[in-house]
Amino acid sequence: MKRVLEGSQAVAEAVRLSRVAVISAYPITPQTHIVETLSDFCAQGKMNARFLRVESEHSALASLIGAATTGVRAFTATSGQGLALMHEVLHWTSGARLPIVMAEVNRALAPGWNIWIDQTDSLAQRDTGWIQFYCESGQEVLDTVIQSYRLGEEVNMPVMVVLDAFFLSHTYEPVDVPEQEEVDRFLPPFVPKFKADPAAPCAFGPLVPPAAYMEMRHSMAQAMEEALRCYPAMEEAFEGLFGRRYGMVEAVHCEGSDIVLVTTGTVTSTCRQVLEELRGKGEKVGLLKLRMFRPFPTDEIRRHLGGAKKVAVIDRNFSFGASGIFAQEIRAALCNEPGHPPVFGFVAGIGGRDVTADTLKGIYEHVKAKESPDRESVWVGLQEVRNEA
Amino acid sequence: MIEIRFHGRGGQGTVVASILMSKAFYRAGWQVQSFPFFGVERRGAPVEAYLRLDEKPILLRTNVYTPDHVLVQDSTLLHSIDVTRGLKPGGWILLNSPGTPENVERYAGFRLAWIDAGRLAARHGLGTRTHPIVNTTMIGAFARVLEIPPMEAIEEAISEEVFIKTGKNIESARDAYREVQKVGLIRKAGTG
Repeated sequence: MKRVLEGSQAVAEAVRLSRVAVISAYPITPQTHIVETLSDFCAQGKMNARFLRVESEHSALASLIGAATTGVRAFTATSGQGLALMHEVLHWTSGARLPIVMAEVNRALAPGWNIWIDQTDSLAQRDTGWIQFYCESGQEVLDTVIQSYRLGEEVNMPVMVVLDAFFLSHTYEPVDVPEQEEVDRFLPPFVPKFKADPAAPCAFGPLVPPAAYMEMRHSMAQAMEEALRCYPAMEEAFEGLFGRRYGMVEAVHCEGSDIVLVTTGTVTSTCRQVLEELRGKGEKVGLLKLRMFRPFPTDEIRRHLGGAKKVAVIDRNFSFGASGIFAQEIRAALCNEPGHPPVFGFVAGIGGRDVTADTLKGIYEHVKAKESPDRESVWVGLQEVRNEA
Repeated sequence: MIEIRFHGRGGQGTVVASILMSKAFYRAGWQVQSFPFFGVERRGAPVEAYLRLDEKPILLRTNVYTPDHVLVQDSTLLHSIDVTRGLKPGGWILLNSPGTPENVERYAGFRLAWIDAGRLAARHGLGTRTHPIVNTTMIGAFARVLEIPPMEAIEEAISEEVFIKTGKNIESARDAYREVQKVGLIRKAGTG
């Protein structure tokens, strides 16, 4: 049934429908309505889950590692500074091969204190071994949480579902909330490949010497490649039941376009409208939405961007001393392709600054007017800063 | 696309008003998107919320800069805030006001309507006499002013969302729908 839901509530509905058994969260800022809604569901008996209210984000994930080790579905949500505090345990989750799912609301990191959208928090966790999806709408976050349990459990890797602060987390829009029976058909009860039995407790001393550690890591690398292979069949099954499909990436008019804009998150949605307008005026412009960031869908990206004359990547994040992070990755994906298009990098919307239709049109005009990028990143819409002596 | 801005103070249910309105419009067949001003809410401080309406799915995910209409839940805001900021010419301004608003010339070029929502809400026991909760009353009046959505959709949205004094909230919204005063287009002084 379609209901008008907040992005955060859409996440919570998906967690309920996924029949998650344990939820652990730290409820204070920068937390969102996701766990507030889930705690309501648990209190009202709408969900048969154990809700753990812990003392920090680090403990939230650590407690889920305990829960997931016993072979149950587990969920947490966090944001910005909270995710930064989890960092150590993120590595632990993937290393222990636990398919925990987390909703991550992109918020800027301090100082200065800023609770608005900025992707650097989740992108700083790029190398922790979590699958990452960047979502565009309330419907997409709901669907992606459900998909994430199936995909993560298939390859025994944790999944982070990422959504923009406010522009998605606090925005109400119509969302189709599927029936429990439908979701059960897509996502049967979790049958773990291994688990610890609390009735027969034992201790692990996971000291892994050089003779085995490298193979463990290689197995994780293989699991990520497996996730790329499993993804199409997972989405096929999802589309069969729910009629919706997103792709690891989504190419909109990329074929035959001179310039392709690469976007993530809610900027994609605004960009769709800009694309309609520009194409209506005869401009040869396409859009590539990057949805799955880890594992990185290199082949798909090469296929859709290889034919463009120019590529423009819009980053709502920055790696200091380098460039926008998505731009780095797109460049790396293309660099071994003969005759690949130049990649223009744009940094926009940092710390909640709005990325409007005009911002995107400005980026398009900039790229159209130049043969090749004259620097790695162009910061869009910067205001003049006066240093009064 | 129609864009609406809601003005109020933290604790007055301004964000809830925008959500109720979005649910009512959705029931009436519109595509909707509503969100609060992205910031940190404090009780008593000015707050804003927004609503987008369209016949087709709404792709734009940016702030609202040039609303078509505005709703003002608290007339004390008029001293400190320009509620006409970015408002499109001819747009409706619905004020919560105990009587015909003063200095209407400042709304020249816009259409004005007012409702004594505080009195109606207090009469129905919504909030307290000094701090009535006027959000449901205001959206009842707004539905009449905009002529959309149908009042039944407003009532259904209140039934779905408001769990305390649901019936009284609906009654107050209905009263406001009947009693709202449309002043209409305010002309510039001297232009007749």
